[in-house]
Amino acid sequence: MTGRPHQSFYQRYEGAILGGGSIVLLLGLWEAAWQAKMISPLFFSGPSAIAKQAVYAWTQGNLKGDLLYSGTNFTLGFIGAAIAGVVIGILVGWYRRLRMLADPLLNALYATPRVAMIPLILMWFGIGMWSKVFIVFISAFFPVLVNTVGGMRAIDRDLLRAARAFCASDWQIFKTVAIPGSVPFILTGLRQGVALGLIGVVVGEMFGGSQGVGFMVAYGGQTFATDTLFVGVFIIAAAGIVLTWLAERLERRFSQWRPER
Amino acid sequence: MAVKLQIDHLTKRYWLERESTQVLALNDVSLGVNDGEFLAIVGPSGCGKTSLMNIVAGLLPYEEGTVSIDGKQVHGPGTDRAVVFQHSSLLPWRTITGNVRYGMEMQKRFDETTMQQRAEHFLKLVGLTGFERHFPGELSGGMQQRVNLARALAADPVVLLMDEPFAALDSQTREFMQSELLKIWSKAKKTVLFITHQINEAVYLADRVAVMSSRPGRLKAIFDIPFSRPRTLALKRDPKFLEIEDKIWQLIEEESDRMGMVVEV
Ligand SMILES: Nc1ncnc2c1ncn2[C@@H]1O[C@H](COP(=O)(O)OP(=O)(O)O)[C@@H](O)[C@H]1O
Ligand SMILES: [Mg+2]
Repeated sequence: MTGRPHQSFYQRYEGAILGGGSIVLLLGLWEAAWQAKMISPLFFSGPSAIAKQAVYAWTQGNLKGDLLYSGTNFTLGFIGAAIAGVVIGILVGWYRRLRMLADPLLNALYATPRVAMIPLILMWFGIGMWSKVFIVFISAFFPVLVNTVGGMRAIDRDLLRAARAFCASDWQIFKTVAIPGSVPFILTGLRQGVALGLIGVVVGEMFGGSQGVGFMVAYGGQTFATDTLFVGVFIIAAAGIVLTWLAERLERRFSQWRPER
Repeated sequence: MAVKLQIDHLTKRYWLERESTQVLALNDVSLGVNDGEFLAIVGPSGCGKTSLMNIVAGLLPYEEGTVSIDGKQVHGPGTDRAVVFQHSSLLPWRTITGNVRYGMEMQKRFDETTMQQRAEHFLKLVGLTGFERHFPGELSGGMQQRVNLARALAADPVVLLMDEPFAALDSQTREFMQSELLKIWSKAKKTVLFITHQINEAVYLADRVAVMSSRPGRLKAIFDIPFSRPRTLALKRDPKFLEIEDKIWQLIEEESDRMGMVVEV
């Protein structure tokens, strides 16, 4: 929507102003309660204390290292999941026999909560970074895979008929109809994979090891360093919001490619 | 005049597996379309028009009868036919030029330069010069159908098949597209098999109108349409035009009365 010229500043940005306003208000109330000592610093914290701790951790502590560690684990695992999920999804979605072979196995794996596999993954990969990378991978892989398979199967029947009428070969249909048509589905899978991968990296770092934002949160909790814990929580929340927002934007850009029937 | 497309004793049954019964969609249909002729088929919905079109296009198997073009029997799709579907069925990820090229690219009959030239030529013919880089979603329904038509013509078919191409358009756009189609057809000089459920559209466009009856779909009658070309939309108010329209209407209505059906035309 483009703004009409006589729209006031408020009218144009109403959503952002109201949404931002509610957050500012909440932070203000929280800080007021914190300053009034209505909140126990042992079990909770206040915005100013959290901000102070964030600055401290950034300048004096190991926040940069933790961010880099978690970011690397997430990126490696997610890229691996995206590539494997899309490639396997395309193959399984395109070849009917392969789908019949793979379906029960994938369904069983998909239905198993990934957390249940974490101890096993730690046994396989140790408590170093590769166990985290693998947890991210396994968390993000399934949504990408399942959506890609769905996209390959949801070929627009009108487009298929048109392609056939112009004597398109199976390979041409694959390239010109099936693959582009599954792009919006793949993007949905990637968006879900981002969210689950983020959970994966945090949970993975909580379970074992001594680095990363997930470890920071777990350690903060164990040592009643509530400020530190909150810094971690906010970083995770911010990462989730930004990454999901980016993924959604990308998804919307390609929404027109969805089959009509 | 040479016959381009010949349909002989064509019968099509659909098997309904769930009820293990069959639907007789086409019953012993025979029809010839002459070289350069514009032949329209009218009939109420469900009379088998799309089935007939899909069989001629090679998209639907048939067991009884024959369909041949230039004496050669049709099995499967071929470069000698191109279809304009009711739904424009354009690829949303391709530009307008990319869509017009699509049929040619699939058929690999032209080299790159020729494909590009033909795409430009047929875009101009359907009046869409300037929209080359747009995407289908940015075009109106009428414009999308022009792209659909340009794509089919660019593939250089012997016979052009059109299945209710204007049915989804509003009535004003539809009338406009009808007169545009006649202009384009007079330049492209193709044999056309045009399917519609609108009598008035068929009479306005065609050299001959074949009337189908429903359940089972069979050919009832063929009308010669005597009006000279070029035709203008004013023709639709000519007493002679209305008379032919009425005759066809009665033929279909009498059929539906007998079947206890309501015709939606
Ligand atoms: N795939 C199909 N399976 C079973 N019956 C079908 C199928 N396609 C069409 N029919 C039936 O065949 C008849 C003719 O359909 P169709 O060719 O689509 O008619 P029209 O295009 O004139 O509306 C209808 O009774 C319809 O229900
Ligand atoms: Mg139909």
